[in-house]
Amino acid sequence: MRLSFPQLLARIGFSALAAIIGILFALPLIWFIFAPFNARAELGIAIPDPWTLQNFLTVFGNGFAMRGLLNSLIQSVGGVILVAAAATLAAYALSRSSIPGKSIVTYVLLLFSSVVSGTAAMVPIFLIVSSVGLMDTHIAVILVFAGGLLPTAMFILRDFIDGIPKTYEESAMVAGASPVQAFFDVALPVIRPGIVVVVVWAFVNIWGSFLIPFILLRSDDLMPSSVAIYSFYSEAGTPIVTLLAAYSLIYSLPVVALYLFVSWKFGFRFFGGIKA
Amino acid sequence: MASVEFQNVTKTFGTFNAVSDISFKVADGEFICLLGPSGCGKTTSLRMIAGLETPSSGKIMIGPDDVTHLHPKDRQISMVFQDYALYPHMNLADNIAYPLKVRGESVEKRHKRAKEVADVLKIGDLLNRLPSQISGGQQQRTSLARALVYPSRVYLFDEPLSNLDAKLRLEARGFLNHLQRDMGMTAVYVTHDQAEAMALATRIAVMDRGRIVQFAPPIEIYRRPATTFVANFVGNPPMNMIPVEGTIEGERLQLRAHGVLVRDLPISSGIKAALGKGAGLTLGVRPEHLSMGTINDVNMVSGKLFANENMGPEKLVTFERQDGGRVTARIFTDDAVETSENVAFTFDGAHATLFDAEGNRIPADGEMPL
Repeated sequence: MRLSFPQLLARIGFSALAAIIGILFALPLIWFIFAPFNARAELGIAIPDPWTLQNFLTVFGNGFAMRGLLNSLIQSVGGVILVAAAATLAAYALSRSSIPGKSIVTYVLLLFSSVVSGTAAMVPIFLIVSSVGLMDTHIAVILVFAGGLLPTAMFILRDFIDGIPKTYEESAMVAGASPVQAFFDVALPVIRPGIVVVVVWAFVNIWGSFLIPFILLRSDDLMPSSVAIYSFYSEAGTPIVTLLAAYSLIYSLPVVALYLFVSWKFGFRFFGGIKA
Repeated sequence: MASVEFQNVTKTFGTFNAVSDISFKVADGEFICLLGPSGCGKTTSLRMIAGLETPSSGKIMIGPDDVTHLHPKDRQISMVFQDYALYPHMNLADNIAYPLKVRGESVEKRHKRAKEVADVLKIGDLLNRLPSQISGGQQQRTSLARALVYPSRVYLFDEPLSNLDAKLRLEARGFLNHLQRDMGMTAVYVTHDQAEAMALATRIAVMDRGRIVQFAPPIEIYRRPATTFVANFVGNPPMNMIPVEGTIEGERLQLRAHGVLVRDLPISSGIKAALGKGAGLTLGVRPEHLSMGTINDVNMVSGKLFANENMGPEKLVTFERQDGGRVTARIFTDDAVETSENVAFTFDGAHATLFDAEGNRIPADGEMPL
């Protein structure tokens, strides 16, 4: 096919524009890959000369920051388990049972999802956690995250489960399975791709969150990475770019690893069952 | 095997009456088809036998037990679903053996049994495949194998063949018929395909809007449809229905309509009563009972040729009477149908079915049971 001159021009223009936008998005990532290995890294992009691991060695020597990674892991995994388990059971019930007004329940939950974990609710959350006596504990952070993420997780999963034919569990029950057996043997494996999506989404949310742990925690040895990263700022508040870059890279690795693991093991599928 | 009985069963969804006060009994070893258009309550009835729906009122018995409120798992029944409901994460062996797994059988034992059943159904060499890796016909047989793998009192089928293509459907239908003869199973089979019902059932329950219109052996449904609804639903193509004016001439009944003159029908008390009310009658004639004739025949239906379809062993000739009503004839001779505009057909008076103004069949006097 031959393009007319204006068409050709339009296509070149579009490609150039797309390339410029792409570069704008790529620049921070390129910085992110190079800076940690550069002993004199600044905010500009520079190819390390020479390449060095010195930044990482310094970061590994920072006990507070390293402890932060472990704390992030505890809070994220704890929150994810709670969210995934509770959301699966709740969404399954909402999808399969015949409670009157269940769709209203779902939409009210969705509405609240953005409120509960939001900044607006920080003061009441603080007061509740404080009066329950959970201040400065991992449990507090995990519970607040679970509460905040659950409605959306339920909403995602309910939609997913709605798309799975009821006949799976029905055939299991007719064949002699109790409802609990039918759920674990048949429904749960079919829902799993949906649960995986929720797990990844919840993990990324908790792993990257700053405000909630910052407010609910006091002790240094409970702070997650998102808070501990501030130990790479000088007392005047200016970032130590070299160490910050190295720590950021380490901090992002678990999320990348989770994505890779999930897409290798399950694939990101948003459908379930066999198409008839 | 066991019998199944419905006692005044009603099921409502909100304000909608899916099933209205139906009662029937399926004897031990009978193969019953619930036949009707979508929304007639046939699937709801089946699901109530399975325990997947609970009746709003009434009682359901399986054998001597009242199962109305029993959980499906405690009913000792099997069911084949329209979408097969094969578990996508299990291979065929585990799919077929699942009922044995929940019964606590050992792995060796249940895989051995699954293999036996799968061999009978000719899917024995696919046992390591996943359901997504086999064809639709094989999926259908897998779901059948899962229903047959354990001892069961009643076998339930929810349109099990409707997702198959025409050729496979015939094959599977023949197999089900063979299975029924072989096992003598009690079965309740839901379908909207009248040919399936005719081929498989020992008795057919024709349902319409939540009620059973007629519950009889296939041959009776076919020859003596209780209402115009049944007559329209059974037969392919369905029975021709022609509104007619009836008069009594001497000892015979005469029927007239546009393009229709029928002079040789016996009179019965039912016909006299229907004529006495002054309302019209409906003449029903099956397409296969019409043969080519002339306008001078004693029982004559005529009109303008509308369509002439050659089906191989037979022809479907459709013609339009003067008032626009269409009549279809199924002609089994090799004779070329006259391509002339006007065609006339004749039929034996014994093959005429008459319905009154309410759509109920008018029986002949002294009718013997079929």
